[in-house]
Amino acid sequence: MQLPDAETLFKSLAKKIQSDCDKDFVLVGIHTGGVWLAERLHQELAITQPLGTLDVSFYRDDFDKIGLHSKVKRSEIPFEVEGAHIILVDDVLYTGRTIRAAINELFDYGRPACIRLATLVDRSGRELPIAAQYTGVELQLPADKMLELKREANGKLSLNLYDKSLAE
Amino acid sequence: MMNRNPQLDENGVLQHLLTTEGLPASVLLHILDTAESFVGVTERDVKKIPLLRGKSIFNLFFEPSTRTRTTFEIAAKRLSADVINLNIAVSAQSKGEALLDTVNNLSAMNADMFVVRHAQSGAAHLIARHVRSDIHVINAGDGSHAHPTQALLDMFTIRRHKQDFHNLRVAIIGDILHSRVARSQIHALTTLGVPEVRVIAPKTLLPKMVERLGVHVYHDMAKGLKDIDVLMMLRLQNERMQGANLPSPEEYFKYYGLTPEKLSLARRDAIVMHPGPMNRGVEIDSAVADGKQSVILSQVTFGIAVRMAVMSILAGNQA
Repeated sequence: MQLPDAETLFKSLAKKIQSDCDKDFVLVGIHTGGVWLAERLHQELAITQPLGTLDVSFYRDDFDKIGLHSKVKRSEIPFEVEGAHIILVDDVLYTGRTIRAAINELFDYGRPACIRLATLVDRSGRELPIAAQYTGVELQLPADKMLELKREANGKLSLNLYDKSLAE
Repeated sequence: MMNRNPQLDENGVLQHLLTTEGLPASVLLHILDTAESFVGVTERDVKKIPLLRGKSIFNLFFEPSTRTRTTFEIAAKRLSADVINLNIAVSAQSKGEALLDTVNNLSAMNADMFVVRHAQSGAAHLIARHVRSDIHVINAGDGSHAHPTQALLDMFTIRRHKQDFHNLRVAIIGDILHSRVARSQIHALTTLGVPEVRVIAPKTLLPKMVERLGVHVYHDMAKGLKDIDVLMMLRLQNERMQGANLPSPEEYFKYYGLTPEKLSLARRDAIVMHPGPMNRGVEIDSAVADGKQSVILSQVTFGIAVRMAVMSILAGNQA
């Protein structure tokens, strides 16, 4: 199937955030694809506050099934979460479980004024009552497919679709 | 030793942490990398994550220990596990049987993990062989055999200060003979690729054939400390000494106690480590212990993150 161009989606996502957000907000990217996206947004939107990153491995609900991934990255939140207006950034919104974990982790740093969600692709299949406020595109994809953001050496973003069975 | 490492399952996945001996570098590095993320957790206001919620961890201490037990307890609590501390006096008779009876009883209370400290070498191995396959065992020190979490937190501290293991000269100094810490350190250092590990001690405090572990032996601090990047001091274990291994603590301090003068023989940027508790004025001078090159208190802080990493990796590796 023909996938949309990630760079085009990125531009449209950045515009949506820019036209909607008047307040001072901070960006928090979720590893790994969400961090790439957040880095680009941080630059594009000329945000002065430093960028936050989350690795939600310690908050996942499937730890008992899959254990700890080999590479857990360190979460870095270099600003005061208490009272902050946060835009959480991830590459693909699917079941909503990653976002649930990210929200829980953020609350262990403090009580934010609000959290919104920006995602490049919203593929339906939600298992939790979670929705994105800013989306590049909505796609319907078969449940046996994985959609992932890739970043090339020159920083260019692209979307990749592959069979879930190949992911292990 | 058995053919298969008793800590790993048939797929090479870590099920117990009993010793650093025979563990591949990839397993050690996975623990160190995971601990790096836990350091981030321990620096937050809320130092607790929900990873091991609902799990029961039993601290089985057959030998008194305050600080090791406390760091395991803090680590488990920060992972949201329930911690039960048991300080068990060893009955003089039929120790082996009593030990396994205790373990059976606690297993029946749905334990998920045992942290074991025992005066006899091999106690944690015995328990690991005996428990149900879904229970994980961590050795928190057995006799003079092994103390793997101490060695791992030492490796973590070294990596934090020196970045790479492959260009280091490390000296382990003091009572190697009675030290489970030293054995675990030597295995971890060599596995992680440290090219030169030295032990510096009087002959009476060195095990026979210690060279077989891949270390260079020195009896003289002046020679042994030359070009050293990392000094790992050991506690003089008076309680484990039978007979006259040493003339006196004062004489030991004169030849092997780490003073600023002796430290100046190592590299200028060398770091000084000690597993605690220290005998100040015996193996280490206060001026060094509290000095600029000492990383002794970082070891304690990192110890919690490393133990959190070990507990969560084991709990996540279901058989």
